[in-house]
Amino acid sequence: MKNLENLVLRIWRQSGPDDPGRFQSYRIDSISDEASFLEMLDVLNEKLIGEGLEAIAFDHDCREGICGTCSLMIDGQPHGPQRGTATCQLHMRKFSSGETITVEPWRATAFPIIKDLIVDRAPFDRIVEAGGFITATTGGAPEANLTPVPKPVAEAAMDAAACIGCGACVAACPNGAASLFTAAKVSHLNLLPQGQAERWSRVEAMVETMEQYFGSCTNHGECEAACPKSISIDFIALMNKDYLSAKLKNRALISRT
Amino acid sequence: MSPERKTKKAPAKKPAAKKPAARSSPVRPSPRVVLDAKIPPGPIAEKWDNYKADMKLVNPNNKRGFKVIVVGSGLAGASAAATLAELGYDVHVFTFHDSPRRAHSIAAQGGINAAKNYRGDGDSVQRLFYDTIKGGDFRSREGNVYRLAQVSVNIIDQMVAQGVPFAREYGGLLDTRSCGGSQLQRTFYARGQTGQQLLLGAYQQLARQIGLGNVKLWNRSELVDVVTIDGRCAGIVTRDLVTGAVQSHAAHATVLATGGYGNVFFLSTNAMACNITAAWRAHRKGAYFANPCYTQIHPTCIPQADETQSKLTLMSESLRNDGRIWVPSREGDDRSPSQIPEAERDYYLERMYPSFGNLAPRDISSRAAKRAVDSGRGVGPLKNGVYLDFAAAIGRLGRDVITERYGNLFEMYERITGEVPYEVPMRVYPASHYTMGGLWVDYELTTTIPGLYAAGEVNFADQGANRLGASALMQGLADGYFVLPYTIGNYLAPMLNKPIPGVDHPEFQLAEQAASTRFGNYLDIRGSRSPDWFHRELGKIIWEHCGMDRTAAGLRQALSDLPALYEEFKTDLRVTGDGASVNQTLEKAGRVDDFFELGMLMCRDALERRESCGGHFRSEYQDSEGEAQRDDANFAHVAAWEFTGDPMKAVRHKEELKFETIHLAKRSYK
Repeated sequence: MKNLENLVLRIWRQSGPDDPGRFQSYRIDSISDEASFLEMLDVLNEKLIGEGLEAIAFDHDCREGICGTCSLMIDGQPHGPQRGTATCQLHMRKFSSGETITVEPWRATAFPIIKDLIVDRAPFDRIVEAGGFITATTGGAPEANLTPVPKPVAEAAMDAAACIGCGACVAACPNGAASLFTAAKVSHLNLLPQGQAERWSRVEAMVETMEQYFGSCTNHGECEAACPKSISIDFIALMNKDYLSAKLKNRALISRT
Repeated sequence: MSPERKTKKAPAKKPAAKKPAARSSPVRPSPRVVLDAKIPPGPIAEKWDNYKADMKLVNPNNKRGFKVIVVGSGLAGASAAATLAELGYDVHVFTFHDSPRRAHSIAAQGGINAAKNYRGDGDSVQRLFYDTIKGGDFRSREGNVYRLAQVSVNIIDQMVAQGVPFAREYGGLLDTRSCGGSQLQRTFYARGQTGQQLLLGAYQQLARQIGLGNVKLWNRSELVDVVTIDGRCAGIVTRDLVTGAVQSHAAHATVLATGGYGNVFFLSTNAMACNITAAWRAHRKGAYFANPCYTQIHPTCIPQADETQSKLTLMSESLRNDGRIWVPSREGDDRSPSQIPEAERDYYLERMYPSFGNLAPRDISSRAAKRAVDSGRGVGPLKNGVYLDFAAAIGRLGRDVITERYGNLFEMYERITGEVPYEVPMRVYPASHYTMGGLWVDYELTTTIPGLYAAGEVNFADQGANRLGASALMQGLADGYFVLPYTIGNYLAPMLNKPIPGVDHPEFQLAEQAASTRFGNYLDIRGSRSPDWFHRELGKIIWEHCGMDRTAAGLRQALSDLPALYEEFKTDLRVTGDGASVNQTLEKAGRVDDFFELGMLMCRDALERRESCGGHFRSEYQDSEGEAQRDDANFAHVAAWEFTGDPMKAVRHKEELKFETIHLAKRSYK
């Protein structure tokens, strides 16, 4: 264990949605390299309260990299410099003494800033509400082992289902697209036998809801690099394929009427 | 307790006294509450069927006329809300998170138990029932636990239908593994992220109902009071965490699914925002609080690394399927683990509990770890851990198998500690994780306030004095999916076409004023210490005296230190910022305030329970081998506390536990 000395933090402060906001610099004299990035912010906030100043507002909760509440653009990278790691699991040993670290909220039209580093990610919920589910009302489920799920299928669905809904993919995307988030949810359910009944309506509803809020995907691949769960952009291809199929099926149905 | 402190205790309630409405005293413990668990008649295996056969029903067309509030969107809350909405009720869901998907159920790693017997290893409802009662050290209610074991099988069916990607065998059938306190493989899992996948399953179902307009979601909204009118729960008062606006919500029935109070220790595996406020506000309005001293200290968490640490991270119990726990045999052995030969290692769990070995239950494993560290054999830079070693399993199964089973946990460990557990053993130490105590509920999950329900970890019902691994997810989903949707109907049916008090009722107005005043006061104190500072100090006292090892003298010390620190909190708190925009310091102040009162009740409960059972270990009551010594003659009961205006003066009531099916025995895992 050692300490980092003389860090400068440039942190985005914005009192509310209508405030234009600005960077403000803060100095951290010394911090243990065992501290997590958010614990460093806790220490800074304690110092600010001690000085009678308002603490910096930032979203966080489980601090285990699973709830998806934390965000933060750290030196221009969503969740900071460590690959496959959410901000809450980033530790100060990844930084060095004397560094200046810039901390911003997610920047995306679909995620308006609420205060300081907190943004509103509600459009993600709207996408799931549109179709990110399997309709199976409580009580009517068949015996769990009635439908075998091949192990590779279950594993692939799990790879997609690992998404924590943090929004890093949107923040990383130059277009502010939410394709990786949406594709992860679509693929998780569309891969499983249980999800087949609603496969085509699901992908249509979710993609079209996504497009109401977010930009379009142009295959930059920034999202995959930023994802704290390393979710593959292959799922975007899977989603696009299913979306296309759904549309063709609709045409076939329309031509029959 | 000085009278001065008592008057000082409720400054927030002052406006209530100014009002002419005479009925509105700030604290109204419900008179003549009888602790009737309302266990249905009949043999244990038929009780739940008998209940369902006799319960009252609400016609589908009438359900829309009943409004049900659900506070919390974890496994219990989301599953209850989704199911109630599917049935047709008008459901309103409240969460302090930005999205219902964030609740801390998401962090559960290991798995969920169910008596499916897919392995053919001899599992049954009866066996899961027995294991759970024994695991809880014979301090839970037979009727409730039997029902839990019965519906466990339905949960797996429901979650598979919902699209939860559970681990599978190559043939496509569901895979299972073991968890502590059981000799069977009944734990279903989704890698090391079972809680996440189950919560997302319940969240999806809830999201569907939100999209259909059957559920109204109130996010970034925190409960700040519970309102009772004429002895029943009339609704809640919330504070909007973005605007600070305080608002009333009236309903026919209210469900609290707000989790446990492990954060009273400050350092715990709970998420940062987990708190007791909803349950505590209900307690202050007349809901009895049961067994607050039953807290679970989980044996395998990453040890504290430094003073700034804000929380501790759990390493799943499932790791003990393949990991072996050990410490050096000799005190002060500073060699690196690879240099300590087998003969100089003490695999103490395997030695002391040969039949369960590394899968001994949590309370027992935690105490054993504490003793190993206290004896000077702790490992790591701060000598505050024990090893959890995978070398043997990697040698036997190969690294790939271990990666498949625990890959994400190993990565998590590496991120936090900078060490690679494939190469060096993990270091672990016990930490506060789960709380078995909670709001007293009957068989219908009703608190002592009619119309107010408690589901999941916030109630006390099923886990006794110690919870077994993979049973929390089971209980949350059992309550939400398969119990509440029935029992709430039974309560609502007779209320058809009877008006309920609206938010313009003076009781709601008073509660709103009291909440506004309370939060205004936190801002007005302008002292010198932050809420986090007080929380940390509070946690130290509780951990020291009401943690893994409790004594009468220590608890008395805590009961003298806590009120003093609480006084300081009320006069020296500093909250910066304002009350009209996001202010996390202010949110924290409200939560810490309630943790103080709860902490006092915990210590009182621990002091009064003069026996050792499960997670409650009183040093004075142990046998010659250092195992917990229960006192069934005097303490085979639930302690349910009634609030009387001051937690130091809460009144203890008893619900005797009747064991008709199970024979009370010494709990042995040797």
